[in-house]
Amino acid sequence: MKIGFNNEDEAFRRQVAQWMAEHLTGDFAPLRFRGGPGDEHSFPAERKAWERTLAAGGWIGVGWAKEHGGRGLSISQQVIFHEEYARAGGPGRMGHIGEGLVGPTLATFGTPAQQQRLLPGILNGTEFWCQGYSEPGAGSDLANVQTRARLDASGEHWLISGQKVWTSLAHEADWCFVLARTEPGSTGHHGLSFLLVPMAQEQIRVQPIQQLTGTSEFNEVFFDQASTSADNLIGQPGDGWKIAMALLGFERGVSTLGQQMQFQNELDEIIRIARDNGASRDPLLRQRIAQAWAGLKVLRYNSLRMLSGPQDGSLSREAMIYKLAWSTWHADLGKLAMDVLGSEGEILEGAPYQLSRLQSLFLFTRSDTIYGGSNEIQRNVIAERALGMPREARVRS
Amino acid sequence: MEFAFTQEHVMIRDSAIRFLTQASDSHAVRAAMSRPEGYDPAVWKRIGQDLYWPALMVPEPFGGMGLGFVELAILLEQSGRYLLCSPLFATTCLATPALLLGDNAALQVTWLGAIAAGETTASLAFASGPGLDASSVHTEAHSCSGGFSLTGTYTHVVDGAQADLLIVAARTPGTQGEHGISLFALPADTPGVVRHALPTLDQTRRLARIELHAVQVTDAQLLSAAGQGWPLLRDTLQIAAIGLAAEQTGGAQQALDLTLAYTAERHQFSRSIASFQAIKHRCADMMLQVECARSAAYYAACVAQERLDPAGDNVVSSELDAAAATAKIHASEAFFHCAAESIQLHGGVGFTWEYDPHLYFKRARASEQLLGTPAFHRERLAAHLFGEQP
Repeated sequence: MKIGFNNEDEAFRRQVAQWMAEHLTGDFAPLRFRGGPGDEHSFPAERKAWERTLAAGGWIGVGWAKEHGGRGLSISQQVIFHEEYARAGGPGRMGHIGEGLVGPTLATFGTPAQQQRLLPGILNGTEFWCQGYSEPGAGSDLANVQTRARLDASGEHWLISGQKVWTSLAHEADWCFVLARTEPGSTGHHGLSFLLVPMAQEQIRVQPIQQLTGTSEFNEVFFDQASTSADNLIGQPGDGWKIAMALLGFERGVSTLGQQMQFQNELDEIIRIARDNGASRDPLLRQRIAQAWAGLKVLRYNSLRMLSGPQDGSLSREAMIYKLAWSTWHADLGKLAMDVLGSEGEILEGAPYQLSRLQSLFLFTRSDTIYGGSNEIQRNVIAERALGMPREARVRS
Repeated sequence: MEFAFTQEHVMIRDSAIRFLTQASDSHAVRAAMSRPEGYDPAVWKRIGQDLYWPALMVPEPFGGMGLGFVELAILLEQSGRYLLCSPLFATTCLATPALLLGDNAALQVTWLGAIAAGETTASLAFASGPGLDASSVHTEAHSCSGGFSLTGTYTHVVDGAQADLLIVAARTPGTQGEHGISLFALPADTPGVVRHALPTLDQTRRLARIELHAVQVTDAQLLSAAGQGWPLLRDTLQIAAIGLAAEQTGGAQQALDLTLAYTAERHQFSRSIASFQAIKHRCADMMLQVECARSAAYYAACVAQERLDPAGDNVVSSELDAAAATAKIHASEAFFHCAAESIQLHGGVGFTWEYDPHLYFKRARASEQLLGTPAFHRERLAAHLFGEQP
């Protein structure tokens, strides 16, 4: 057990910082600190161009194994890359679903042919992904997926029908990974399959959802006999649940460190405002600001523990608490921001509903404790899988 | 960067668990806390002379094992988990770091050698009331020929009534704040030292009031240059807070584990009460706090290890202040929360003397107070974040 960075790591840190300073300029300058959660609707075309620039610099897949086209960097250097990326104001990654979720899933469960066909588009920053899990009737109860897929008569294509919901970036994505029921009559987590579906077809319709922030990052996605090639099935028919769960494990990876740097930027802004408007003299706000600062450190330490553990998608104890930890912390930060702003927080930047960054933080963090498994589901998972407590009774009609 | 236990760490932890499950089970804890010393001298002798725990972090030239603070933190997590009543914490976390960080080689040879041999227990006395900053040092060190005469009273000295060696802080008369503080190694049997064992709310760790009545010490007993001891005392207190956070993490874990065991076997409405979501979610929240405390305590232990190593990483050791505060805040709150939840989720039996939750609850409260409350550490962080001068 050892922390800290060696000289080689520090040289790498300077290299990343210099590359960011040289490239996040000119046409890309407006992207600085933009496009994160709550702001994912901003600058889509420019952020896609930024992904290609990142790819050209060799900064996509830094943690992927070399055999899959990645750079196979050490944990320390991955930590450094994400820290320096966020410190420089690197924009929210359009490619994060492909890089962080699809890539590791293909590396673990895909065939060599699938890997060769699909990983380059992610690494080159040219193909973007979205996640087709939740449905109107399958939110917390994800295994209640009703979207169906069947092979056509030729056996060469899967045909998918159903509806997905809360799909981030669906309107910008080239591909969607879809959890669909391929065994007719099956229920629960049996009979599900993991299919990769191209988005550019008339049989798929994307409908944005207007959020309480007034903006739209999430979508409804309707599939009406949408088609995908038979070789876009990952694993075997019926493996869908296993793969879907492993993918959620990959979500607790190194990208959490970049997320934390964004959190740090938000906290720094709150501290700056508190110093300027005198909130820093309020004893209770001082306590809450210090608690937020220390809490963010602990999120980082939790991540370092996760990253030092197995990287196969299995959920360690510290990984199981991670979503509950950060979402709760971030929602508290949103409230803290408004309490530091005081009555100023009531005035918008513009009509009809133009939010400041901290107003957006306050409102958007209400979703953090819901999406990707609500806090209540997280507590069930912790209680049952980490603590070994009895499972909830399942009632099936 | 490798923030995970090595195989050797796992072995240290597992051997500590094997020892403590028999030497510090509930029966043993209750027997030890009822003794006048507050611990079982026979168990302490085994710890010192068979297991070499006090020698763990002492460098090899002084007769120690030359391991680091991370290894010590692993032991402390387990000693906290099993509520071990012993002078281990005071000796290894309060006195040993002060001797190590000081620059008096002769004192190191004498006292670190005696500590490593398991022959000497030690503690640290500095404050004359509540407080953890330099201004809490009120005992005065009057210059006299060849040394000093110490007069003053220390409150709340951890295991102070039994310790063989006291590291004491005193200030030059007329000085204030961080200036004029000196640290001395003072054998507890020196004339003029009067010690009072205090009855404590938490019976598993004793506190003492110690009076110094014109106690004569020589220059040779100074841990570092006279009048310039504050940085040494400050860093010692932070390292001790980190050790305590490791202990608190273990206590919090055990409060959770006791609750899991009890709720699994307790049946109401024809089912185990552990199957109720009302119970499961509260246990999940306990685990969340325990794991956050564990991450914070071990990160801080890594920082303390670099600070204690003369060849340590300066960038890492510069985090000592913030890492100690972060660890102490999270471990204190996790332990108190879990101990309180443990009583609640045990129901009526959780309110009895017979069941163990109250022992953890009392230890949690005492540990929260010791070496800075969460509010104290948060205020310190806030002053730093806002760039305020102390």
